[in-house]
Amino acid sequence: MELVCPAGSLPALKAAIDHGADCVYLGFRDATNARNFAGLNFDEAAIEAGIRYAHDRGRKVFVALNTYPQATKAELWQRAIDRAAHSGVDAVILADPGMMAYAVKHQPQLRLHLSVQGSATNYEALDFYYQHFGIARAVLPRVLSLVQVQQVLEKSPVEIEVFGFGSLCVMVEGRCALSSYVTGEAPNTNGVCSPPKAVRWVETPKGRESRLNGVLIDRYAPGENAGYPTLCKGRFDVGDDHNYYAIEEPTSLNTLSLLPDLMKIGVSAIKIEGRQRSPAYVAQVTKVWRSAIDSCRDNPHRYSAKPIWISELDKVAEGQQHTLGAYHRPWK
Amino acid sequence: MKLALGPILYYWPRDDVLAFYEAVAASPVDIVYLGEAVCSRRHEVRLNDWLDIAQVLREAGKEVLLSTQVLIESGADVTTLHKITANGTFMVEANDMGAVHCLEGKVPFVAGPHLNIYNLPTLQWLAPLGLHRWVMPLEMSRADLAVMQHGRPAGLQTEVFAYGRMPLAFSARCFTARHCNLPKDDCQFKCLEHPDGLLMRTQENEEFLVLNGIQTQSARVQNLLPELTTMLSMGVDVARISPQAQHTVRILELFDGVIQGRLDATTANAELLTLMPEKPCNGYWYGKPGLEQLVPETV
Repeated sequence: MELVCPAGSLPALKAAIDHGADCVYLGFRDATNARNFAGLNFDEAAIEAGIRYAHDRGRKVFVALNTYPQATKAELWQRAIDRAAHSGVDAVILADPGMMAYAVKHQPQLRLHLSVQGSATNYEALDFYYQHFGIARAVLPRVLSLVQVQQVLEKSPVEIEVFGFGSLCVMVEGRCALSSYVTGEAPNTNGVCSPPKAVRWVETPKGRESRLNGVLIDRYAPGENAGYPTLCKGRFDVGDDHNYYAIEEPTSLNTLSLLPDLMKIGVSAIKIEGRQRSPAYVAQVTKVWRSAIDSCRDNPHRYSAKPIWISELDKVAEGQQHTLGAYHRPWK
Repeated sequence: MKLALGPILYYWPRDDVLAFYEAVAASPVDIVYLGEAVCSRRHEVRLNDWLDIAQVLREAGKEVLLSTQVLIESGADVTTLHKITANGTFMVEANDMGAVHCLEGKVPFVAGPHLNIYNLPTLQWLAPLGLHRWVMPLEMSRADLAVMQHGRPAGLQTEVFAYGRMPLAFSARCFTARHCNLPKDDCQFKCLEHPDGLLMRTQENEEFLVLNGIQTQSARVQNLLPELTTMLSMGVDVARISPQAQHTVRILELFDGVIQGRLDATTANAELLTLMPEKPCNGYWYGKPGLEQLVPETV
């Protein structure tokens, strides 16, 4: 089972490799990847250095080109495929069929992974991408229970990668336009969710407010910890219920406790979320997951998630708390 | 330009659904999409019932299609998908790539609005698989649609979501059940109590989103009626109306009146504004945040 870690920058890439990542994934510095934030991602020099650093140590580098090319700009995305191929990456992570068709035609040697943004949740969808484009791996959206993951795996023609840790996307990836509804920019189109430029913090007599393009996302009492105003993790009113997390609380996904099951049913890789996070975060999370995967692989029957691992991960989790998300049916 | 009625996105009692389609059969709509696209727990109307409704609508002269579920999670969901795609009688709106895979090379199909066809390479690649019509993604602007229209393969029809609360997101979690402190597996079918979904407001009492089971919709109603002339000039083939619990047939009549030239858009729009559950929006059409309402240029 591979450990796939986020690299939002060259220092983060080195942190991941140094702490035991088998693979890192990264993006170019533009809208072709789903973490299109200022100051993040890789230019040509950084990607060359990053690939050399990883390959010298026997690790892999994936490039995420997992937004959907917009109508007037498809060429930017196609050039990104060519750039990735020429840089010598081990795989590209794609969501858009047009991009896959381009890759198969122009860069046939490239290994293709289906991004979580491709929203493939069943073996028919996986087989579609496999038959047409020969994808080698797919990343499953964070919506299936463990039993459902197993059902998909039993008939999947490709390797399966699942999310292990990081910010919890509550909506099916690739099927969420909430951010563009409010701000005009969204994961599918611009590679951002609740973009920083749309965020305003306002001090008011009622407390500190977070606003996204003017829409009130949350209001914090004095002394209350304020999280990033991702719009699905704000507090709202529904019916007679006021001021509650109607969609999801600020929390992180953490599947450490499911590791033996994931290994047993044949999951090929565990993905850690967080290209927008610091190198220190990447180092911390990678270190814990490396230990856990090694421990589980060496002795699956005696494996349990160590309290020290959980507490180390909770320190860097959103809202300092974690959940099994959809893997655990009651969450739904 | 033809007028289509999208699938009912809410959970309505069986008798309400049957009465609704009886009225739809007598309405001026050309194309009707049927079926459960949101949640597999919704069983008031089952596949055989949908096929019966489809037959009646076809006999009333409508083009009828079956829509597949957008989020397929379980083995049972895949079995239902197989039944729909192999129905052998009615065309299918594919709402995920699994559905496309079941249909490709066998029968013509429609690509639903959640297939994420944002660019020409994707549209042109999908077309030879049997694509009959594609529904523009909700987020797409008029300017991007123009690019798509210019380069779309010959014979391929284009459909635009022209009216209704927009289905913006899907989740594994049921937000309606969560609101009622119930687990999804024992939701007690609370969606039945909310025929237009469950309104979610900001702490400033601003209508923001609508919880509809696992689906999250816009609270505001996408209204492109004032844009019908522009759509026509762009070669859009079909305008889609998404059903709401009240006034849907009248809304179809207003759109049809404008399309047929019997009603002017200003008059029709003035009445339409009185029939919406919430304020209108058209931001996406102008390349802006979807919730915005920009002054229509064509009225």
